[in-house]
Amino acid sequence: MNRDDLATIFLDRESQHLPPDKRTATPHLNRRAFLARLGAGLLVVLARTPTWAQESGRTSGRNDLPKEIGAWLHIAEDGKVKVFTGKVEVGQNIRTSLAQLVAEELRVPFDSITMVMGDTDLVPWDMGTFGSRTTPTMGPQLRNMAATARQVLLKMAAQRWNVDVATLSATEGRITNPATSLSFAYGDLTRGERFAGTAPDDPALTPVEGWKIAGTPVAKAEGRDFVTGRHKYPSDISRPGMMFGAVLRPDGFNATLASIDTTSAERLPGVTVVRDGDFIGVVAPDAFTSQRALSAIQAKWSLPDQPSNDGIFEYLKSHPDRNEGSPPHVSGSISEAWDQADLKLEARYTVEYIAHSPLEPRAAVAEWNNGKLTVWTGTQRPFGVRDELMQAFRLSETQVRVIHPDMGSGYGGKHTGEAAIEAARLSKAAGKPVKVVWSRTEEFTWAYFRPAGLIEIKAAARHDGSLIAWEFHNYNSGPAAIGTPYVVPNQLIQFHPSKSPLRQGSYRGLASTANHFARESHIDAMAHAASIDPLEFRLKNISDPRLRAVLQGSAEKFGWGKAKSGPERGFGIACGVDKGGYVATCAEVEVEPKTRKVRIRRVTQAWESGAVVNPDGLRNQLTGAIVQGIGGALFERVLFSGGRIANSHFAQYRVPRFSDTPAIEIVLLDRRDLPSAGAGETGLVGLAPAVGNAIFAASGVRIRSMPMAPATPLNHETGPVFRS
Amino acid sequence: MSEFQLDINGKLVKVEAPAEEPLLSVLRNRLDLTGSKYGCGEGQCGACTVLLDGRPTRSCLTPISAAAGARIVTIEGLAVGGKLSAVQQAFLEEGALQCGYCTSGMIVAATALLRNNPRPSNDQIAEAMNGNICRCGTYLRILEAIKRASHRSVLGGSQ
Repeated sequence: MNRDDLATIFLDRESQHLPPDKRTATPHLNRRAFLARLGAGLLVVLARTPTWAQESGRTSGRNDLPKEIGAWLHIAEDGKVKVFTGKVEVGQNIRTSLAQLVAEELRVPFDSITMVMGDTDLVPWDMGTFGSRTTPTMGPQLRNMAATARQVLLKMAAQRWNVDVATLSATEGRITNPATSLSFAYGDLTRGERFAGTAPDDPALTPVEGWKIAGTPVAKAEGRDFVTGRHKYPSDISRPGMMFGAVLRPDGFNATLASIDTTSAERLPGVTVVRDGDFIGVVAPDAFTSQRALSAIQAKWSLPDQPSNDGIFEYLKSHPDRNEGSPPHVSGSISEAWDQADLKLEARYTVEYIAHSPLEPRAAVAEWNNGKLTVWTGTQRPFGVRDELMQAFRLSETQVRVIHPDMGSGYGGKHTGEAAIEAARLSKAAGKPVKVVWSRTEEFTWAYFRPAGLIEIKAAARHDGSLIAWEFHNYNSGPAAIGTPYVVPNQLIQFHPSKSPLRQGSYRGLASTANHFARESHIDAMAHAASIDPLEFRLKNISDPRLRAVLQGSAEKFGWGKAKSGPERGFGIACGVDKGGYVATCAEVEVEPKTRKVRIRRVTQAWESGAVVNPDGLRNQLTGAIVQGIGGALFERVLFSGGRIANSHFAQYRVPRFSDTPAIEIVLLDRRDLPSAGAGETGLVGLAPAVGNAIFAASGVRIRSMPMAPATPLNHETGPVFRS
Repeated sequence: MSEFQLDINGKLVKVEAPAEEPLLSVLRNRLDLTGSKYGCGEGQCGACTVLLDGRPTRSCLTPISAAAGARIVTIEGLAVGGKLSAVQQAFLEEGALQCGYCTSGMIVAATALLRNNPRPSNDQIAEAMNGNICRCGTYLRILEAIKRASHRSVLGGSQ
């Protein structure tokens, strides 16, 4: 951006005197406060609006990001920088990586930045934290704001000194004039007043090659609070006079209340029973009593017949949801190619429902104050939860504030506001702040699940291994990464939504995990059918240089092809691309031939998602994704029948532990010439097929269902069952 | 309700609670010591781990009546005079956390492990820590952090 892009700097000292609800994002342009005129194009206004009263997110169209700099960042008189974003920190380390990007563009020390995240009264509206969107969307957004703010500061200093702005430099939170060696700290220029101008869509940004803070392994922001127990998670929030609430759950899904007796619960000291239709909750002076009160309620429910794991995939295929779905992707002709093919392979793959089971269950504290509802809760969508609360209690935007303290993660499982609504309902009835924390069993039962799915594939190739036909049908699991990255002239690919018997929703990576499991297992089977090495087969049919690069990077580090698979040890490879992230995974598994016990010994994963913002955080994400992926690949599944979950405890629903963790090597390909994509999800998708392919290499058995080595088989499961 | 005197992090604290209320609930909801976390309430995840007379203990399964009289150390009691313990410091240096919700329980369990076995092997660490769940999957870094703290303490530092 050159100096002509900047327009006018105004100071507005008036708006601070207005009550918060009268302040607006477009400050009153006070003539007396006129500061300087700097050209045309960009209106820059500083106003002494306290940052807590920022309302900018509300004044822009709700799906547009506000262009006012002041909506996004503030520099206090002491030079401390506050950055405002609706994204939330859930362990993916964006509090750190976004601050790095701002520090880089603003030219301030990393430690001078505080990220204000996920507080709907303070930050611009945001759709939510999902889809690996923070780095590719919020990253550039904040970079633009910070780069523009730096230009504003440069111009302000140039005005003060009456010199050409091009002669000045911005570094370490100061504007310096090299000619005089004089400098202004940023805080001296802003004096704590608010940036309220707008930024252009494409200000000049610092080239990635010049990054000094971004691109480096900065340690987790506020890390000390996490190792000392000081950090307050949503379930740790406490308010004066707070009571503890709990909600009576039905006996199963789709149950209706037949009879209820709450008298013994109501006899407990300090307990109130709240009843509103089928909603029954209790409020008590302490958490222990609230649980006691809940168990003292005698309720009878009637429960309809419902599907179970047995036959679930046939159920999903035969219960289409005709309101959803989209036409298939078609190119060429599958039937013509099929007739001409040398190698043909048809198979079906399945994935079970799994649970996110974040270690911190859903939690919320709600407080009503003069008609305004404030809720502290763990959610990936603070503004979405605000909408839910507005709807539930018929409130306006200004009457609801949702605050998100960095939570005990979500993995796609905390998009919704159940606990927030429950706490608000109970708080309203009790007339006091109320905390609701879900139990582990509630989290395992009444949250939503990763969809189960059935995938049917027909593939054909020539003798030389070139793919010529690819037909792929996904029932219920989802359309994420359903398209094939392989070069195949004849394709038919379709997602078929179903009426799921269980409540289902997003899960880290969405259906990318299922679609990659099916596709990469099937590709592996095609390679074996063609008697071509699985790596070679992939390279033969993949032209995308980025995907080839991770395949080769992973294989090289792993030592692919150096050792042969045998009955007790197998090697597998898989690759994929989704949401701008390229992944290739090699796995070494050990199989005990007699017991068919599977153990993953070693995983090497290569990753490329453009320019790396924080290599340490990225490695942590990728390693974590692999470990989390082990659960769904080998043993996690939700067992259900008759509207009830049969394994709603960690003792029954096995998740990966220390002893399940293999040696893991991460190969990062840092493409500084490409924009940074998100990396929270796609690192998960390579593990399952790589492991399945390794099991095949060792045993000759192709496992086409996830989990591949469940703790106990179900009635309908016959044939070679592996165990973990 | 009964009155109990608890020895928590070197301080004597009086608290009123039903005798069967879990220590975790007392710590979190009556004493605002929220560093110990609820993850399952069934001793399956380790997020609530505290030290009772030096032993790693699931506070979610320990009634307050059984904790009275014991020396209780929670995550809040590990740093001395603002100086992090060797295990806390090692977790920070290794970046051995993602969301951090399991971290308190991990650090307390690792502290107990290193007091009993100052130089554990990888297998011994995995065995001792297998009751602690990290859903973000940070196990390898946690293992490295425990080894780092182990080396440091063997060289003379404190745990």
